Amino acid sequence: MTTRRQFLLLAGGAAVSAAVQAELPPEIAAQRHAALQEAVRKVTGGAPVRTGRVKLDIPALIDNGNSVALSVEVDSPMTEAEHVKAIHVFTEKNPQPYIINAHLGPRAGRGRITTRARIADSGSVLALAQLSDGSFWSDSVSVVVTLSACSEDGLT
Amino acid sequence: MSVRAFLGGLLLAAGCAASAGGPPAERRSGYLDMGRETRAMQDDDTVNPATLWVLDGEALWQRKAGAAARSCADCHQDARVSMRGVAARHPAYDAATGKVVNLEQRINACRVGQQQAPPLAYESRELLALTAYVARQSRGMPIAIEASERTRAFLEAGRATFMRREGQLNLACAQCHEERAGRRVGGSVIPQGHPTAYPIYRLEWQGLGSLHRRLRNCMIGVRAEPYALGAPEYVELEMFLMWRARGMPLESPGVRP
Amino acid sequence: MARVVVNVPKQARRGEILEIRTLAGHNMETGFRRKAGGELIPRDIITRFSCRYNGVEVFSAELHPAIAANPLIAFSTIATESGTLEFLWTGDNGYRATVAAQITVA
Repeated sequence: MTTRRQFLLLAGGAAVSAAVQAELPPEIAAQRHAALQEAVRKVTGGAPVRTGRVKLDIPALIDNGNSVALSVEVDSPMTEAEHVKAIHVFTEKNPQPYIINAHLGPRAGRGRITTRARIADSGSVLALAQLSDGSFWSDSVSVVVTLSACSEDGLT
Repeated sequence: MSVRAFLGGLLLAAGCAASAGGPPAERRSGYLDMGRETRAMQDDDTVNPATLWVLDGEALWQRKAGAAARSCADCHQDARVSMRGVAARHPAYDAATGKVVNLEQRINACRVGQQQAPPLAYESRELLALTAYVARQSRGMPIAIEASERTRAFLEAGRATFMRREGQLNLACAQCHEERAGRRVGGSVIPQGHPTAYPIYRLEWQGLGSLHRRLRNCMIGVRAEPYALGAPEYVELEMFLMWRARGMPLESPGVRP
Repeated sequence: MARVVVNVPKQARRGEILEIRTLAGHNMETGFRRKAGGELIPRDIITRFSCRYNGVEVFSAELHPAIAANPLIAFSTIATESGTLEFLWTGDNGYRATVAAQITVA
């Protein structure tokens, strides 16, 4: 059997792509951050976005970025007069900022959605809620995406 | 040799108790090393994506196939009754061929022999669906692999594969999954390698896959030439791994990162 | 196989908030991946999901390549009357899947 040192060297070889955390080159990261700002502006039309009333539930440390469970819950009475019209979720470092745009109304009973997203890289995930009074509220969570130590070979 | 003497032989040959999977209390499913959200994904059929395959399998179970125009249900009726415990006992000895077969191969033997239909390709959507559906009927049941005179040679062959260094990295399964189980490679905890949840929905695959696909993945990882899916070497290794995991509850179809 | 599955309670009290979970069997090919030879794999995703309750749309969503394969969408709606919930997924290359669930509201 190998010594511990030999084993670690070998394991390092087996896991060349197993950097603990995925990272983008800085210029691409900057472009994608700008794309996120633009995507948010398209939804809000430049209206101010306030922090609060929205709770984005997503693991801070992600086992595998291919499928990340996330829920968004908005604090709203969900009445005809006062309800959530839409919930948008964005991510900062994917090739495109969009994850989902969900449209709901008073008949939802509760301002909550759940889905599973692809998150390519460590960065922030943003949930944005549009309320019936025209206001926008948001929550963002900074996530760390880890890569599998024993990655699969290429596409077949 | 009696079964007891044979099992003792396995333990001795392996050199340490750990090579037989460790005492039951220390056996640990990879499920326990997953994040809360991934565990929740496995636990709830309404969000477990493997449900899509299980439902396909249920439909295939009822569908007539082959020259015999016979469905699985025509012989085995309600799978919830007839298939209960079957996955927990596979791989198993097949008297017809004198070899051991895994669940996928048992399903295909039925297709060829009883339905008179061509076998389903290993790792095809249909075979995974039927396997997932049959395995689902044993969820929660303890793994119980036959260790007897007639299965001995196969278990020994599987154990030998488990202990054998392979590939350019010259690593054996046991070096990661016994000696270093519980430590980390990169950010991931090295599991003990108990195949308690196959077929699994692996997030890395974004789909359902068999244990043989996972073993192939490991072999490529150590830079070894993988065997063909369904190869006797994999079936023997699968049988040894299931025997090593004996008593652990079956989780199929599970979710893994 | 274009299988979809929904989880809707069969019975509910009027005014009760129903939790609805849906899964659709779809690879959600992003359009950003390449084959070993460098050739781009074209995008093939579900782009829209909707739920109609006795003919009235009560929930919809636009999906993007960042939705994981075999999409899960869970949401809620208030049980108003007995009838049918119809679910519709549409997407690239003419993808279309539907399923309906009956509910009795007392």
